[in-house]
Amino acid sequence: MAQGLLGIEALSREEIQAILDRAKYFQPREGQSFRKYDLLRDRMVVNLFFETSTRTRTSFEIAAKRLGADSVSITASASSVSKGESLVDTLNTLAAMRPNAIIMRHAASGAPHFLQRYLEIPIINAGDGTHEHPTQALLDARTILDRGAKLEGLRVAIIGDIAHSRVARSNVYLLSKFGANIVLCGPASLLPEALKNIASGVTLTTNMDEAIRDADVIMMLRVQLERQHEPGFSASEYFQFYGLQLEHLKLARPDAIVMHPGPINRGREISSEAADSQRSVILNQVENGISVRMAVLERVMSGKKTDGATAY
Amino acid sequence: MAQLLIKNGRVIDPASHHDGVADVWIEDGVIKGVGVSLPAAGSDVFDATGLIVAPGFIDMHVHLREPGFEHAETIESGSRAAAAGGFTSVCPMPNTKPVNDNATVTSYMIEKARRHAVVNVFPIGAITKGSAGEELAAIGSMKNAGAVAISDDGRPVMNARVMRRAMESARSLGITVINHCEDLHLSAGGDMHEGAESVRLGLRGIPGCSEDVMVARDILLAEVTGARYHVAHISSRHSVEMVQFAKSKGLAVPAEATPHHLALADRDMKPYDSNYKMKPPLRGSCDVTAVLDGIVNGAIDAIATDHAPHPGSEKMQEFESCPFGILGLETAIGVSLEQLVHPGKIGIGRLVELFTSGPARILGLDRGTLAVGAPADVTIFSTDREWTYDVNKSFSKSRNSPFDGKRFKGGPVATVVAGEVVWRV
Repeated sequence: MAQGLLGIEALSREEIQAILDRAKYFQPREGQSFRKYDLLRDRMVVNLFFETSTRTRTSFEIAAKRLGADSVSITASASSVSKGESLVDTLNTLAAMRPNAIIMRHAASGAPHFLQRYLEIPIINAGDGTHEHPTQALLDARTILDRGAKLEGLRVAIIGDIAHSRVARSNVYLLSKFGANIVLCGPASLLPEALKNIASGVTLTTNMDEAIRDADVIMMLRVQLERQHEPGFSASEYFQFYGLQLEHLKLARPDAIVMHPGPINRGREISSEAADSQRSVILNQVENGISVRMAVLERVMSGKKTDGATAY
Repeated sequence: MAQLLIKNGRVIDPASHHDGVADVWIEDGVIKGVGVSLPAAGSDVFDATGLIVAPGFIDMHVHLREPGFEHAETIESGSRAAAAGGFTSVCPMPNTKPVNDNATVTSYMIEKARRHAVVNVFPIGAITKGSAGEELAAIGSMKNAGAVAISDDGRPVMNARVMRRAMESARSLGITVINHCEDLHLSAGGDMHEGAESVRLGLRGIPGCSEDVMVARDILLAEVTGARYHVAHISSRHSVEMVQFAKSKGLAVPAEATPHHLALADRDMKPYDSNYKMKPPLRGSCDVTAVLDGIVNGAIDAIATDHAPHPGSEKMQEFESCPFGILGLETAIGVSLEQLVHPGKIGIGRLVELFTSGPARILGLDRGTLAVGAPADVTIFSTDREWTYDVNKSFSKSRNSPFDGKRFKGGPVATVVAGEVVWRV
């Protein structure tokens, strides 16, 4: 069976560490651009995005090109999906054109898992519904590690629309495997109780101050209006109770960092001042997206055995 | 004169309190006698040595998809699947196209069944016109045409006042009201049971309370109206408790459970495999335990499959786009033996009761017994024959079963309807 990357949940700590180590190798030197490699010369990858995306798609495209692979991008509206073709048929058609991997984003949770049962070609999940977004969690971990921290014992507050967040789930699985303490915070309607049973080291709170107190990492999430099916908090009330403002940072550890997977909604879940503060590593996350995705593409497409860090 | 002698089986007929090795003598579609060493003179003989001989099994909850969705199932194909599952009678739900909400559709189904079905088909009529939940359907004329109960099944009556009126009408007409209990506002958008598994998989949840609030409402309405009210495919632990409570208060509130809710919990789902997607959804393990206990302690009165065929084109999609429902007829006995009898939770007599006199009593059918003079519907099954379910060989037109490839110990061996062997293994 094809070894793609469907989610963090099924990965071992060693596999994750190997990707993170390799991503560090791909990071550009201070002030320079990403180096160009020919590690994936003659390989081809298809970017298949059924949901809009700017950063993830561009990031995957750049990562593929930096490794010397050919990359083709397709958006759902331009594809035969709009002509009523089923998802399985669309993927089978693309697979018949013999790419070495398919990068896929889809609004339905589990869509890539469902498809992988019918396809030999490895699928890289670039976000499936409200389930997982594995490369986001990997780039978040890379960003945290770049600050010199260890994940073990770290207190990470993830705040916002947890229920609808694939970023939250992938981060919970990753951080939990490395022994971090994860505090999930949001209004009860966006914070299912059962979250505390999906991984070890998870606690829940509806109180933002409590979540941020002594946190090493504050990870803000976008309010996903497009996935919420009923009105919850009004925009102003949400910001008042769950928006990150500069004052909150005083509760956190002095060296705490502020993260956000983007796109950010200034004044909705994070104030401009917090987003642009010295603590913010939001753009470092974007940059790490490329090196992490280079590591993932290499792992999936190079055909090399990947049994841990030394495999590279 | 057509005669059949079923020899030497263990005859279990809970309705007549019979359990012992005997012969069953059938003539002209009617049971003529049950006794030891009956003479075979002139009869066809079925040797049932080592097998259980029971009244014909009744599945009081199926979807035969005809009229309207013949690409998924027909009355004929569904009846053949029923026969292969050991059922001699099935009760199709009214969510056809058009909805079975009037005597014309009821008669059409009965006539189709008369010509093409190999088992008895007793339609269930709609509660409201178009199952839209607003205006009562022509309940009396459907009953006269042959409907044996009323239900809006997957589109439960949300308006409590309409439900009350339906129960009052049903009581006046002497017909049972069956409800698929699901508060549609609480369950809206959900694809699986709400719990750790749905959160883990990022799928929207159908909370247990969406079933419970409607069971509670209906029990209160049943008390007010005095209607004979039946809870379809009960799946949540609180609902089982409430039905038990209603029974303890002397209310006639029977309930059915499906084999899949006895066998599978949400965590047994193959992730994003729509063969595990149905309503009510596979619940948490403690709900499964409660349903099993409900069968043991009598809170639950019948096993029904909720056989719900869907073609591959509809089930082979992203999980959230797939329709709800799975096949059930051919695996019901195998799954029930595995979950209930083999682990010693209930005896074989109680199992037979859940498939025969249980549903017959709920619907007021003159079936479910081997008493002399009863229609000669007989289910012959084994408790130890090993076999493997291959859904690609199913008599159903659809293939949506989570039990494909499963190995069973015990299952149907032959099905006799009105004295005719309509299926044998």
